[in-house]
Amino acid sequence: MLSKRLIACLDVRDGRLAKSIRFVDTKDIGDPVEKAREYYLDGLDELVFYDITASSDRRNIMLEVVERVAEQVFIPLSVGGGVRSVADATNLRLAGAEKINVNTAAVERPALIAECAEAIGDQNVVLSMDILRVGRSDACPSGYEIVTHGGRTRTGRDALAWALEGERLGAGELVVNSIDADGTRDGYEIALTAMIAGSVRIPVIASGGAGRPEHLYEALTAGKADAALVASMVHYGDYRVSELKRYLHERGVKMRMKW
Amino acid sequence: MPGQVAIIIDYDAGNLRSVERACREVGLAAEITADPDRVRRARRIIFPGVGAAAPAMRSITANGIDQALREAIAAGTPVLGICLGMQISLERSEEGDTPTLGFIPGQVVRFRFDRPDLKIPHMGWNEVRVVRPHPLLADVEPGDEFYFVHGYYPQPANREDVYAVTDYEGEFASALGRDNYFGMQCHPEKSGRVGLNVLRRFADWDGTC
Repeated sequence: MLSKRLIACLDVRDGRLAKSIRFVDTKDIGDPVEKAREYYLDGLDELVFYDITASSDRRNIMLEVVERVAEQVFIPLSVGGGVRSVADATNLRLAGAEKINVNTAAVERPALIAECAEAIGDQNVVLSMDILRVGRSDACPSGYEIVTHGGRTRTGRDALAWALEGERLGAGELVVNSIDADGTRDGYEIALTAMIAGSVRIPVIASGGAGRPEHLYEALTAGKADAALVASMVHYGDYRVSELKRYLHERGVKMRMKW
Repeated sequence: MPGQVAIIIDYDAGNLRSVERACREVGLAAEITADPDRVRRARRIIFPGVGAAAPAMRSITANGIDQALREAIAAGTPVLGICLGMQISLERSEEGDTPTLGFIPGQVVRFRFDRPDLKIPHMGWNEVRVVRPHPLLADVEPGDEFYFVHGYYPQPANREDVYAVTDYEGEFASALGRDNYFGMQCHPEKSGRVGLNVLRRFADWDGTC
């Protein structure tokens, strides 16, 4: 059977590693290539790079980072942040990204998902969703709303409806990122992850809020997620990738244990 | 060491540079080409690819790669098929009902499940269990997992062409081969150390089993 995946997300700004807490107050925490290599050698299953570079004229720096990582890290590499067109997606793919994450631009123009799926294959298009808990209403029956621009802009879109539309348009995978939980280290938003994972046929990656190993366990069991995404809990040395995988394995979650 | 340059066949079927990078990592110089003459003259060939069978077949038939590959295989050149490159080495694919190259008897069919918890495509890490020794799988140990991304899987007609199997609601052939041809459903170039070991073995393989 398939193993559950442990994914580390590296936020990159101007070619340097940054970790955002609720998307503000980002601070530089090192060289992304070095970190990527370290995690790869420690058994990481997949890497995500999120480009949070503010100015678009510095985006080429990200292509260089991806290229350098791809030369020494031989696991799937997923890249997002500022992907607005098929050209952006194919440039990142040529640089060495396996999968492309779309987010804000797809909310503004959903056809982007279908266009990317056509150009690089369904399985390589990841729809990343930033989601805010708002309570159930007629306008938002799931009680969760899609937000964009790193959580600053509310869209009025129901999160579950958007997940289903993303799947229909050809997304191969979903990242369910809880804005409420992100950066808190209090655990993933399990109800949200479970609701979406239980409604789609594509893999779901739980994101936002991981602080302790049991949070990953919850996401991969009660949360029904196929993969758990971590950031600060490994970036600052609190936990090692291999340590998290061993913990999950010992609790009966199927993980890749040989690397 | 003779034959230390590999040709990676380019036929508009996905990103080949990750294969090239992984080859470089194991000391195998590789060149990406769409030129059938280069394929004919190659000392070793990697036939990669992701995507759909029908456009892939159109592409390799249009530029004569199909014929060049047939000749290379008949001449004993070691060939490694990866993912779609492996699938179109069988006789037929259910994907678009496409006749394919036929190096290995059998067909390629779609995963079909009623269970909503089994996702399609089969994407992620899964064990590749060796069922018949092969030089390229010499380093693969029980429990070793490789990275997969596919919605269709091969059904070789002959059991003796199957070298490894993988479980996804039933077993499927994840490595198959015959003589100097070997194919894997997973992506050794994205499978960490265990995948690189397959490529390292391929760099030295003389095409015999």
